[in-house]
Amino acid sequence: MAINWYKFASPASFYPLAGRLVPWFWILAAVLIVIGLYLGFVVAPTDYKQGEAYRIMFIHVPAAWMSMFIYIVMAIYAGLALVLKTRLSTMMATALAPTGAMFTFVALWTGAFWGKPMWGAWWVWDARLTSELILLFLYIGYMSLYAAIDDPRRAARASGLLAIVGAVNVPIIYFSVKWWNTLHQGASISFGQAPTMAATMLAAMGIMALGFWMYTIAVVLMRVRCEILERERHSDWVQEMVSRGTYG
Amino acid sequence: MAEFLDMGGYGFYIWGSYLVTGVLMVLEVILVRRRRSQLKRRLDRMGRMQSHEEETRLDHEIET
Amino acid sequence: MSTSTSMFATLGYLLGREVKLAARRLPDVMTTLFFFVIVVSLFPLGVSPEIETLRTIAPGVVWVAALLASMLALGRLFGEDFRDGTLEQLLLAPQPLSLLVLVKIFAHWLLTGAPLVLMSPLLGIQFGLNGDALAVLVGTLLLGTPSLSLVGAVGAALTLGLRGGGVLLSLLILPLYVPVLIFGAGAVEAVASGLGAGGHISLLAAFLVLALCGAPWVTAAALRISLD
Repeated sequence: MAINWYKFASPASFYPLAGRLVPWFWILAAVLIVIGLYLGFVVAPTDYKQGEAYRIMFIHVPAAWMSMFIYIVMAIYAGLALVLKTRLSTMMATALAPTGAMFTFVALWTGAFWGKPMWGAWWVWDARLTSELILLFLYIGYMSLYAAIDDPRRAARASGLLAIVGAVNVPIIYFSVKWWNTLHQGASISFGQAPTMAATMLAAMGIMALGFWMYTIAVVLMRVRCEILERERHSDWVQEMVSRGTYG
Repeated sequence: MAEFLDMGGYGFYIWGSYLVTGVLMVLEVILVRRRRSQLKRRLDRMGRMQSHEEETRLDHEIET
Repeated sequence: MSTSTSMFATLGYLLGREVKLAARRLPDVMTTLFFFVIVVSLFPLGVSPEIETLRTIAPGVVWVAALLASMLALGRLFGEDFRDGTLEQLLLAPQPLSLLVLVKIFAHWLLTGAPLVLMSPLLGIQFGLNGDALAVLVGTLLLGTPSLSLVGAVGAALTLGLRGGGVLLSLLILPLYVPVLIFGAGAVEAVASGLGAGGHISLLAAFLVLALCGAPWVTAAALRISLD
């Protein structure tokens, strides 16, 4: 049974599919996040070194993972768009960016709120926080470039190219920042690497990460549907929906 | 309950992180929904304008 | 054989043209250089005239100023040619666009990056750097500024003809400059504090090789998108 995946690469058939999938991903996201919070706040024991403060980890680490993961996925979609010239993948890339930027900001914010009680400072030029900050700049650059170009086709292609260049640079930046950090100061407490991490802590973190992932898929599918409607508004199938007055 | 909120003295930091994260995630969804409803309104207006144009063109054709 | 000679002739001609054009716009070249000097000179006024403090911040200050100066000059890399239509001619040329772009970047570096390198020892002396540290400062700038021009060219091509292009360009490019800044300034600092700079310099060279292989090609693709 071969499924014709190319069929869903066309915006016209992806649009209703995405609409049907969105509620399911919302349910998954809600269930996983509730389980994650329950494990994180009720089941997981108090850390003997950090006290209760470590519970910030259950959103900080998943948000940081998602911020990097989304950038990679964005660059893959941008690469697909350049190679295969599929319209849908450029739309996916642009739809992913705001969510990625949001999670990057969350990772920075929660990092600061964790750093204050642990390090005694809101901001420390720690290798991970610094790379995360630069990642935020990369997201902002991507979105600004997209917003600055009026023609959506050119905007998608130009920002896609930038995403790919950024993705090649991300490991180099991370490596260089880490190198810089070890030369300047010994790492203080490293996040998420507590030697005695209980299994429940790991489980809570993993489930929260899955929940954030499902949230990302749901919200990105919603956004890509807007993107499709906007860019395909002159096509026959959108015009038909307009004349019927229902948008799936 | 108060003990739970206090979080062993770290309440401000923990709830400060969770609250902002939650607010941002909800806000993002609200923004996407608003974008969609604005888009729908715009498309509806576009549709009305087009059908209006068609009607006037037909009227014009009948007249001539 | 004849095609390759004609290609090198074209590339040589392009290089000559770029340099000649820039020579006619000498004030532009000088602006970048003076910007570099002025920014560096502001730091003692803003921070402290004490030589010990200056010596510790010198590598970072000179490198950040070099980053900003080479970024400011990027607008001229394709700007003029875009306005007078030369760029469209280049896109239609039989030679591979990435090679033509590489020549343009090289010419641009000769006129904006190289003067910074030549000026840097003077600024280093003002900041109390001496001997080895000074030599490493010049050496790392010599290795690093071409990388800046190469990476910057991608941004310049992507923002071609956009309103607010200059500020946007800085937003796109400065985060990508981070590795060059870290390895460049780090090398000088390492030498100043008595450590070897070998690791930093090899990484800087590795970055240059990577940029040399990737950037002209990506820039060519970006130009095609911008002029589509």
